[in-house]
Amino acid sequence: MRYNRLALYGLLILAAIMIMAPVFIMISTSLKSMDEIRNGSIFALPADPGFAAWGKAWFGDCSQALGDQCGGLSSSFLTSVKIVIPALILSVGLGAITGYALAAWKMKWANVMFAALLVGMFIPPQVTLYPLIIMIRELGIFGSIPGLILVHVIWGVAFTTMMFRNFFKTVPEDLLKAARIDGAGFWRLFWHVMLPLSLPILGVAMILQFTYIWNDFLLGLTFGGRSGQPMTVALNNLVGSQFGEKEYNVDMAATMLTALPTLAVYLLSGRLFVRGIAAGAVKG
Amino acid sequence: MNGVELRNVTKAYAGLTVMENINLEITDGDFVVLLGPSGCGKSTLLNMIAGLEPTTGGEIHIGGRNVTELEPDERDIAMVFQSYALYPTMSVRKNIGFGLKMGGMRKDEIEKRVADVGELLQITPLLDRKPSQLSGGQQQRVAIGRALVREPSVFLFDEPLSNLDAKLRADMRVELKRLHERLGRTIVYVTHDQIEAMTLATKVVVLEKGRIQQADTPENVYRRPANHFVASFVGAPTMNFISGKMLQDGSDIVFDSGAGQLPLVDVPTEARNLIGQPITLGARPEHLLFDDAGIASRVLLAEPTGPDQYVRLAVAGSEITARCGPEQVFRSGSDTRILIDGARMSLFDPQSGQALLQA
Repeated sequence: MRYNRLALYGLLILAAIMIMAPVFIMISTSLKSMDEIRNGSIFALPADPGFAAWGKAWFGDCSQALGDQCGGLSSSFLTSVKIVIPALILSVGLGAITGYALAAWKMKWANVMFAALLVGMFIPPQVTLYPLIIMIRELGIFGSIPGLILVHVIWGVAFTTMMFRNFFKTVPEDLLKAARIDGAGFWRLFWHVMLPLSLPILGVAMILQFTYIWNDFLLGLTFGGRSGQPMTVALNNLVGSQFGEKEYNVDMAATMLTALPTLAVYLLSGRLFVRGIAAGAVKG
Repeated sequence: MNGVELRNVTKAYAGLTVMENINLEITDGDFVVLLGPSGCGKSTLLNMIAGLEPTTGGEIHIGGRNVTELEPDERDIAMVFQSYALYPTMSVRKNIGFGLKMGGMRKDEIEKRVADVGELLQITPLLDRKPSQLSGGQQQRVAIGRALVREPSVFLFDEPLSNLDAKLRADMRVELKRLHERLGRTIVYVTHDQIEAMTLATKVVVLEKGRIQQADTPENVYRRPANHFVASFVGAPTMNFISGKMLQDGSDIVFDSGAGQLPLVDVPTEARNLIGQPITLGARPEHLLFDDAGIASRVLLAEPTGPDQYVRLAVAGSEITARCGPEQVFRSGSDTRILIDGARMSLFDPQSGQALLQA
């Protein structure tokens, strides 16, 4: 028993080290100066920690500016926010409504539509990329933030619909009958009874969609155009296209900055997230 | 006039007819119990009255209005479910008031009505709790309150007491009966529990295989079952059935099962016309009398229940159950004598199962 515990903790600590080591190197490197990086070990702690690299990653270096672009991530951070918020609300909101409709109302073809959504989820985005480009182009919003938002919503709705549909399927039928007798129609049943019930799943869907949209690179690169480049694309440009010496500290700081929002969302909503997963697990 | 009338109501699923031509008249203030085994169609029938399931054919009238095509909330009904079906995210107060709110009633009016119902059902201290904080019995009261507050013409109950433990069930049964006597509203109540049917109903409708087998007062359903099914379904322990025929033996009448002859006493005149015909005799445990003039029978087992005891007997080639008081002591394997009270027995056609004596 005792040795089992020991082995268990040993394994957990090992896993934690493996996962945390790169993060540690990133943070430590981002706090070093270039001189220290050139001369020291990658694992060494910063001798004189400073946030100069973080500032440069965020604001850019306007002394090397091309036109009015300083090259920092701050402007693309705003772009990402402008993409994530509407895409998140639309994809989760629509998913909740369609999931509810599929689960709670007897509709013709409901199962066929649900199967189609599932199949859609398993097709890699690269496969449908070109047809999607044509669709968005025909709508006249290719290379813009609204175009990118629409693509994210299209991709997200399949996933959120499945989550909500599976959750709402577990709601007892008597409850729906009671609501019908009380005179609640489609929307009022959704708003007053079903949506309040689905709060844990709503939380999970929001977190997963936020992570997915924020971390997306491919769709942002393809559909965003020049004006709609999310932070991930800007990060890639920053890291991949510099002249002269490679500024590892700035690269590391920029990567940390890009990852921070999702990290914050997970940490702040950790309890809700676990509860939602558990709720899904028990009932589904 | 707040009755319910079913006219030739039919239900089919994907071409398979499960209920055909159900005709039933429920008068204002009746407490009608739909009784039957699982799958007999009683819940389907209730759901059709509620408007939760469409009918395939026929008409449903509530309060003199044809409601066949109306939505549940337009039918002036309220329903209580077996699972209570309370809205988990709402307080008791909101649960009870939800239907009124959906109906567009003014807030202060809703408050007042919810408070009145809370008082009537003695749940006022629970009004601000969530359903998950209530016991089963309390949830049941809230579910009833949610129905009462709407003051409908007709209340529908779908096995409302099935999830309660035995003691609470008996208490709620009494309360439901009081409530009905106090409010005088029409109630349609589905159950598979015959005790509930016998104690609560003013009219029992026995269903089997999507057909009404008998619709009558509880007394008549028990004493004059319309057919073999009703006779065997209602009553615990079950009615005893013996096949054979009646024979005249001098001035006495006996029932000949082929393996023995059971003496009958007080046989009514109309039954005498059936002497010699093949019939199925039905006698409830209390219709078997321990009497020295009876036929010799062997005691297999005695089951004391407290107020009385049930004695399992081997007689004339059959095993039957008789009821008697708790004073008498029966030993397994001993002998006793019984005869049948012909005045209260039932006789059925062995082929069709229909009762041969009309009430």
